[in-house]
Amino acid sequence: MGKVRQVLPSLVMAALLVAVWWALVVETRSVIFPTPAQVVMAMADLVRQGTLWDHIGASLFRVGAGFLLAVAIGVPLGLWMGWVKGAFTTLNPLVQILRPISPIAWIPLAILWFGVGDLSPIFLIFLSSVFPTIVQTADGVHTIDRKYIQAADNFGVTRAKLFLQVVIPAVLPQIIVGMRVSLGVAWLVVVAAEMIALRSGLGYLIIDSRNAGNRYDLVVAGMVIIGITGLLLDSVMRRLERLKLVGWRYAR
Amino acid sequence: MPAKIVVTDITKSFSTAKGPLNVISAINFTVDDGEFVAIVGPSGCGKTTLLNIIAGFVRPDRGQVVVDGTAICGPSPKRIVISQQGSVFPWLTVRQNLMFGLNGHHPDKMALADRYVSMVGLKGFEKGYPHELSGGMLKRVELARALVVKPEILYMDEPLSALDALTSLQMRIELRRILSEDRHTCVLITHDVDEAIHLADRILVLSARPAAIQAAFEVPFPHPRNLLSPEAVALKVAILREFGL
Repeated sequence: MGKVRQVLPSLVMAALLVAVWWALVVETRSVIFPTPAQVVMAMADLVRQGTLWDHIGASLFRVGAGFLLAVAIGVPLGLWMGWVKGAFTTLNPLVQILRPISPIAWIPLAILWFGVGDLSPIFLIFLSSVFPTIVQTADGVHTIDRKYIQAADNFGVTRAKLFLQVVIPAVLPQIIVGMRVSLGVAWLVVVAAEMIALRSGLGYLIIDSRNAGNRYDLVVAGMVIIGITGLLLDSVMRRLERLKLVGWRYAR
Repeated sequence: MPAKIVVTDITKSFSTAKGPLNVISAINFTVDDGEFVAIVGPSGCGKTTLLNIIAGFVRPDRGQVVVDGTAICGPSPKRIVISQQGSVFPWLTVRQNLMFGLNGHHPDKMALADRYVSMVGLKGFEKGYPHELSGGMLKRVELARALVVKPEILYMDEPLSALDALTSLQMRIELRRILSEDRHTCVLITHDVDEAIHLADRILVLSARPAAIQAAFEVPFPHPRNLLSPEAVALKVAILREFGL
C-alpha cells in the first residue's frame, strides 16, 4: 500500500503529460507529430516484428561490454591512484584532460580505429564510463578516515589484509556511486553513438525511422523505450547500494 | 624490576603559518609493568600528540620512548591504542572486527573472538554490525578488539569522553573488572579528573601548552573505589588546584 502511494504521484504526472501531448497534437492538427496512441501502436508493431528486442538487446550488449570493461580497468586504477601518491600526481592531470572530452567527439576516431561494428560504440562507452569510475574511486581512497588506517597499522596487519579488509570495503560505497553515474552516462552515449555508425540498436532505430519516411511515431517510441530502459538500469544500480556490504554507509 | 615504559625528554613542535608551535616540551616519566597511569591535562594542551608519540604513530623532535628496554620506532600490536572517536570498522561485524587483529597462528580465531565478545558483555551481538549498536556497546567492541590480541600495553586517549555520564561510569567499572582478570599496563589520557581517580594508580598532571608534567599524584585507594570518600575528594581538590581551579 505504501509502495502504491509512493509511485502514484509520478504516475499521475506522467498521465497528465500524455494528456497535454495528446491535446496539443489534436489541437494543432499536426500531420507529422504522432499522438500517444500512434506511438503505442508503433511500439506494438516493433514487438510484433520482433525487432524491438533486437534493438534493445544490441544497445544493452554494447553498454554492458563497455561499462564492465571500464569498471574492470577503472576501479583498480582508481585504487592505485588513490593509494600511491606518485601514481596520482602522474596520472591525474591526464585523466582530468581526457575526462571533459565528450565521447561524441571521439566518434570520428572510433570509426577510423574500429570501423562501424560493435567495437566503436563499446570503445565510446568505455571512454564515457572509465573516467568517472577512476575519479570516484581515487577520491574514495583519499577520503578514508585516517583513524581506520591507523587502527590497521596498530594491529600490524599485512598489506593484503589492509587492502582487502579496510581500503576496499571503505571505498566500496563510493565505487558503487561511481558505477551508477558511469552507467547513466554510458546509456546516454550508446544511443548517440548508434545514431551515426550502426545497423542495430535504439539509436539506429531513431535515425533510421526518420530517414526512411519520416516515421515520427517510431522516433518517439524509440525515445520512450530509451527512457524506460535507463530508468530500469538505474534502479538495478540502486539495488547495489542496498547490499549488506555497503549498508553501513547509509545507516543513520 | 625495570620500568615497562620509559619516556625520556620528549619534545615536539609543529610548523604553522605563524611559525613553529611548541606542543610538548621535555616530558619525562616511567610506567611500571602492570601499572595504570593517567595523564590529565586541559583541552588542547597536546595530550593526543603525546599519546601518538608514545604509541609510535608520530615521531618526536627530540627524546625517545623505550618499551622493555628497546626504543620504539613505530606502532606495534603489543601496544594497542583506543581513541576517543573509536575505530571499530563499520563494514565488519562485531566478530569480524575482533578477528581482524588476530594475525598469527590461532587454533580457533572465531572461538577466541567470541570469548572476548562475551567478556565485554556483548554475547548475542557477534554477527551484528556496528551501526546497529549504541555508543557504549561500540566502546565495548573496541575494548574487546584491543584485548583479544593480548597487548602488553593499552593506550587510551579519552576513550569514554564521547559517552554520556552514566554509560561512561558503567564503562569505567567494566574496565576495572576486566583489568582485574587480565592484567595490562595502561596509559590513560583524559581531561576528566574523576575518571583518572576512579581508574589509575598514579596521575600525572600536564600544564597548558607547551605540555610539560606539572605534578604527580599517587592514588593509593583500593578497588572498587568510592569517589565520594573524603580522601578521593581531597585528591580531586588537589588536582584541580593544579589547574588553578
